[in-house]
Amino acid sequence: MNDSAAPRIAASTTSTVPSPTPAKPAPAKDKPRRRIVLERFLRHRLAVVGLVILSALAIACFGAHWIAPYPHNRQDLLLGAQQPSSAHWLGTDALGRDYLSELLFAGQVSLAVGICVALLSTVVGTAVGAIAGFAGGWADEVIMRVTDLFLIVPAIAVLALALQALGPSPVTIVLVLSALGWTMIARVVRSQVLTLRNKEFIQAARVIGASNARIVVRHLLPNLTGVIAVNVSLAVASAIILESTTSFLGFGIQPPQSSWGNMLSQAAGLIGTSQAYLLYVPGLAILITVLAVNFVGDGLRDAFDPQGRQ
Amino acid sequence: MLRYTVRRLAYSLPVLVIASFILFWAVRATFDPLAKLRQSTDPGAVRRQTELLGLDRSAPEQYLLWMKAFVTGDWGTSTRTSGAVMPMIGSALEVTLQLMFWGVLFASVIALGIGIYSAARQYSAGDYVLTGLSYVGIAMPAFWLGLVLIQLLAVWPRQQFGLSEPPLYFVGLHSVGESGINLDYFRHLALPVVTLTIGLVASWSRFTRTSMLEALAGDYVRTARAKGVPRRRILFRHALRNALAPFVTVVALDSAALVGGLVVTEQIYAIPGMGRLFLSSILAGDVFVLIPWMLVVAVAVIVFNLLADVAYALLDPRVALR
Repeated sequence: MNDSAAPRIAASTTSTVPSPTPAKPAPAKDKPRRRIVLERFLRHRLAVVGLVILSALAIACFGAHWIAPYPHNRQDLLLGAQQPSSAHWLGTDALGRDYLSELLFAGQVSLAVGICVALLSTVVGTAVGAIAGFAGGWADEVIMRVTDLFLIVPAIAVLALALQALGPSPVTIVLVLSALGWTMIARVVRSQVLTLRNKEFIQAARVIGASNARIVVRHLLPNLTGVIAVNVSLAVASAIILESTTSFLGFGIQPPQSSWGNMLSQAAGLIGTSQAYLLYVPGLAILITVLAVNFVGDGLRDAFDPQGRQ
Repeated sequence: MLRYTVRRLAYSLPVLVIASFILFWAVRATFDPLAKLRQSTDPGAVRRQTELLGLDRSAPEQYLLWMKAFVTGDWGTSTRTSGAVMPMIGSALEVTLQLMFWGVLFASVIALGIGIYSAARQYSAGDYVLTGLSYVGIAMPAFWLGLVLIQLLAVWPRQQFGLSEPPLYFVGLHSVGESGINLDYFRHLALPVVTLTIGLVASWSRFTRTSMLEALAGDYVRTARAKGVPRRRILFRHALRNALAPFVTVVALDSAALVGGLVVTEQIYAIPGMGRLFLSSILAGDVFVLIPWMLVVAVAVIVFNLLADVAYALLDPRVALR
């Protein structure tokens, strides 16, 4: 993790090897850790496929303004519901909106909510977990009892209640989902900090006179990069599913704004009609996104695993 | 064991009290329990109800009053249906437990089968296919799976073969005028149970595979192999016995989350269980159902957690509960 350590070790090993040109750079096998992690990630084929799919989805959705064949919410009531054609690749809905364009614009909301929730809950959870694990004592006790509370109340109930109270908007959805999601990473970070805080390198830092804040930020957290990275991917996946579920139930994103979840709740009314295929489109979008995110998460787990073979 | 159980339950009481106070306050702050009466033409109605419920007192006082009534079995009346809350929640809980029973039963059997097969034939074609399927199952939102199953297994065959009614129903637990456990019941139950089972199998089979692989890598398995114990016996007697304890824990913990967490499945199939009761109560702002609902779910979670620990101790004699 500490990048400055790796070249120093590399230098000492190369010096023992007799070499006619000592000024040459270190051999390729003594790579900085960042390179090793990257290479291990790239060797995980599914993770790379997942990353490519995610990038393509992100570009298509966030670039929908330029890429989508029709503008957002462009209705054509005379056209009405149409089967797929060369003009409308996925057909149109009852209001004559191009379904492919709607799918891409809805993806903006779904992806943005997923990413924001993952980042926010990870930042909060990491901070709280690190404080609980490192400070110990009553702070730890209070924080852990609070996370216990979150365990016994069903998430979907809190979600519906909070969104009913605060009003549904993308911002409140992000806030509420993050408020629910931080406990998971907080527990993980806490347990990792508990095992690390008595290790020699932390004691060494303390002896040198490093402050608590410095120990946590410079010595503990860099050792948790892997755990945190994996957790971000898990959080993205679960946030996308939870957002679509709440929007489907009617507590989440409200029309005219669209997300994959409320597109599905509209498509649910088409079961048994000739347009029933529209049911599969937003669902597959969610499925593919979550699958890709999970593959990337697996790749990160393997890449950061210190016990993993290189 | 008994002492442990009692101690655990006693320990969870303060958590329950704090949780119920927060929930009580949150629900009351969100919804107006008198919303319905405010439209009444009787000017005294709001005042009388305010006094009756003690709504003019402080929050902790109101909470104590409500708690006293709750503990003595007086759970109040629903503002949505005007029925008593306790039987409402009771019948909803019964329905949800039925759904959970079938779902958890099928899912555990299938997940164990898949997990054992995948671990015994690690990296075989079958293992890859099953692992891939479980990835898909985990990534699939439950509500979408439910809708797709309705379209593919109920609506489409009915249209395709011109049936007068769908082969599997997707509304409620019984047809009008039917009751009890019969063919009608299972034709209603099939789709929700399949929806629930697929989701559970996806994650439980991954879990079984991992813990079976861990058990098969143990020294005692190598010893058994060296002694010439048949492969099948090693798999089921030695490895499975050890992989079972963590599996049962996960099953119990995940089941706990289902008591109040089947909102989506119950909503899609219009099953009058806990999830659907919650949804209709929150949409109607039915304070008097919401608060006891949350408490019942919280108690269920605590009980299932306790069951998980006790089951672990029973299956793994190395674990002593104190």
